[in-house]
Amino acid sequence: MAEYVVELKHVTKKFPGVVAMRDMHIQIKPGEIHGLVGENGAGKSTLIKVLTGIHIPEEGEIYVDGARVNFRNPVQAMEAGIACVYQELNIVPMLPVVDNVFMGRRPTNRFGLLDYPQMHRIAHEALSTLGHAEINTKMECGKLGIGLQQMVEIAKAVTQDARLIIMDEPTSSLGEQEVKHLMDTVRRLRDRGIAILFVSHKLDELFELCDRVTVMRDGEHVLTDDITNLDEDKLIQGMVGRSLDNQYPKEFGVKGSCYLKAVGLNQAGVLRDVSFEAYSGEVLAFAGLVGAGRTETMRAVFGADKLDSGDLYIKGEKVNIKNPGEAIRRGIAFLTEDRKGQGLVLSLPVRQNLTMANMKKYRRGPLLNHHHIRQVSEDNVRTLRIKTPSINEVVVQLSGGNQQKVVIGKWTNCDADIFIFDEPTRGIDVGAKIEVYNVMNRLVKEGKCLIMVSSELPEVLGMADRVIVMREGRVMAEIARDSDHFNQHDIMKAAWGGEIA
Amino acid sequence: MTQPIAKKKSNLGDLLMKLGPLMVLALLYVIFAFTRPGRFISMANQMNILKQTAVNCLIGSGMLLALITAGIDLSVGYNAILATCTIGVLMQNFGITSAWILIPAAILVSTFAGFMNGTLLTRLDLPHPFVSTLGMKNVLWGLALLITSSKTIGFTNKGIDDVLWIGRSTFDVNIFGVKLLEGFPASFILVLLVYLAFHVFLNHTALGRQIYCVGGNPEAARMSGIRSKNVLTVVYTISGLMCGIAGVVLAGRLNTANTASAATYDTDAIAACIIGGASFRGGKGTIWGTMLGALLISTIRNGLNLFSAGNDIQYIVIGSVIILAVTIDVTRGKVEARARKLATL
Repeated sequence: MAEYVVELKHVTKKFPGVVAMRDMHIQIKPGEIHGLVGENGAGKSTLIKVLTGIHIPEEGEIYVDGARVNFRNPVQAMEAGIACVYQELNIVPMLPVVDNVFMGRRPTNRFGLLDYPQMHRIAHEALSTLGHAEINTKMECGKLGIGLQQMVEIAKAVTQDARLIIMDEPTSSLGEQEVKHLMDTVRRLRDRGIAILFVSHKLDELFELCDRVTVMRDGEHVLTDDITNLDEDKLIQGMVGRSLDNQYPKEFGVKGSCYLKAVGLNQAGVLRDVSFEAYSGEVLAFAGLVGAGRTETMRAVFGADKLDSGDLYIKGEKVNIKNPGEAIRRGIAFLTEDRKGQGLVLSLPVRQNLTMANMKKYRRGPLLNHHHIRQVSEDNVRTLRIKTPSINEVVVQLSGGNQQKVVIGKWTNCDADIFIFDEPTRGIDVGAKIEVYNVMNRLVKEGKCLIMVSSELPEVLGMADRVIVMREGRVMAEIARDSDHFNQHDIMKAAWGGEIA
Repeated sequence: MTQPIAKKKSNLGDLLMKLGPLMVLALLYVIFAFTRPGRFISMANQMNILKQTAVNCLIGSGMLLALITAGIDLSVGYNAILATCTIGVLMQNFGITSAWILIPAAILVSTFAGFMNGTLLTRLDLPHPFVSTLGMKNVLWGLALLITSSKTIGFTNKGIDDVLWIGRSTFDVNIFGVKLLEGFPASFILVLLVYLAFHVFLNHTALGRQIYCVGGNPEAARMSGIRSKNVLTVVYTISGLMCGIAGVVLAGRLNTANTASAATYDTDAIAACIIGGASFRGGKGTIWGTMLGALLISTIRNGLNLFSAGNDIQYIVIGSVIILAVTIDVTRGKVEARARKLATL
């Protein structure tokens, strides 16, 4: 038997314009629980997708049991014994457990029909080895709790004779008791010689469960070590440890009055008692891991999602915002993180996208004043330096950075006082990033209130006057720019659930 | 900063796509003119084509709005028929002959049906207008059968000629004593007026532009403060309104209210829009393109008639044209998707 069940050497995966994973290596031993951690965008998902044959790397070698493999598709990875339990479970809720366990495979009897007695037996055996013999294989999967549905997924991996089971944030939607059950199951699997790659955002789980841990950052391998040689600080250091270069042309505004105040925002399962205040002339950043509830907070403020409870005040006045239209009328602009899905109508021209959020302002009588629209659009193109052949070009033809500038133009046209920028520089090049920061500087100097949600810590440190750190739908910490805690390490610590002294 | 502007390529291909239907129409004219000399290119026949196009143009205009929002209205045919039957029933069973009552009543009934389409779609959150309008199609058909007791109602010499006027009258156009057009149908003048109104509505009003936004990306529209549900409701209500107007024209053209005559209206309207550049994926389409598409279909029908081809052949040909148009639409979509991928960082 080879020393490693799965080994990656010098693997590089590129996407147009980005290197998602560079010269990555990892070795996973049979029968070990191997933790994998990293910041958002550190390349964990890419690694999973390379291991499961979804992404085909440009360079590097993959070995399974010491033998070189070249996965061309997910089926080959599965046949080689690599299975993955994704965060979003691949369960068909209407089908019974047994059909979910055998999805995509058909054990047949001598008549060529599905051999259900055998399938039930195997599924039951697999569930028993996981410590969940109580699951009835005839039961509709959708009627099981999330934790048990996950067991069905793991049983699927086990019956495929998987030697490596990847678990992508398996505990993120589980309750405390379910997490305990899952950990028991994971240990049982290890004792049977199955290797587990355990991807988690929770450091305490890693220390409780894992034998070894690998840290990734910016698509590269940072360290792999036995968990006994590591502590929380070492892991966080590994995840952030990059220098802050001077990419952030931060300028300061004059802090004015409170423009937006949120008190006790609650949304079942998403937000818990979120309160904050945002001021004129200031950039308030929201930091945290993906799924910490930052975007959800902003969507609720903007009236895109309903709140269960909580109060909002704009410039001291209590408001009840029921839809985005009302939010816009109240002076809120919301640049969404998904610019193609929520920010732009790609099939329409630049001109139309720039004026979409306040179209009624361009009316003269019942009709639109196209002359006014053209003037405003051309003005936007000039001041924001949107690179487009003309204002009549459809937005789909523009580059990511220029598309983002169109969205920014759309919102600056709205006479808003409160600007919410959700991941404003995601997926755009460095030059365009700096131009986005300059727009933020300009707005703050004009006395606007700016809220920036960002998953990039250097950006948060570079541009924010104040940071709110969220985790699992709660506000964990609030750190001012002049505080001692205004550094990557402490923000990261709060984001991972640690206490800041 | 050094990022190059994504190159705008294949301007020619773009132009061809836009002019395609016009070129096909021209080609058909040449073919029919040579193969049926004197009969196809005659004043009477040309005016006949316009007359035949009017109803499809009216229904197609509403359909266009639905298609721009990435939806569809499958109830249009029977909605128009219901309008015609409303006129018939009010006349026959209630003795009403005033155009001032009959026409508004017919239009009101259809508009309400359209409003229901929109309401069902947006307030019950039905998954796709295919569902609500297909259901409504059957409801409207049933209603038409119910109120007419499944009988055909004749309009000849019933004293409602002013209701029928718009569907049957024609004009001669003289300029400086030269007879330029002879027998120009009043119904097509109505179409021109309606289309002008649609052009202004779609291009020069906030609501019109919002329809394109909702069709192109409903989520982005919502996040930009556009009340997508209200926009959709208005769209299907207008589609109903246009069916009502078409129903009035139909009364004059067919001289009867007949529940069996709606067979091709739905598909003809969809075909006119798609041929004219609208897409099932929404976000685009123009009113003049729709007119071109409607003319193209009528011309094919007319030409086939001149070849004495029966309904059978016509259905086959029109069906093939629709499939071809959709194929072109899908191809266009693939080309755009590729352009989108290239533009993605």
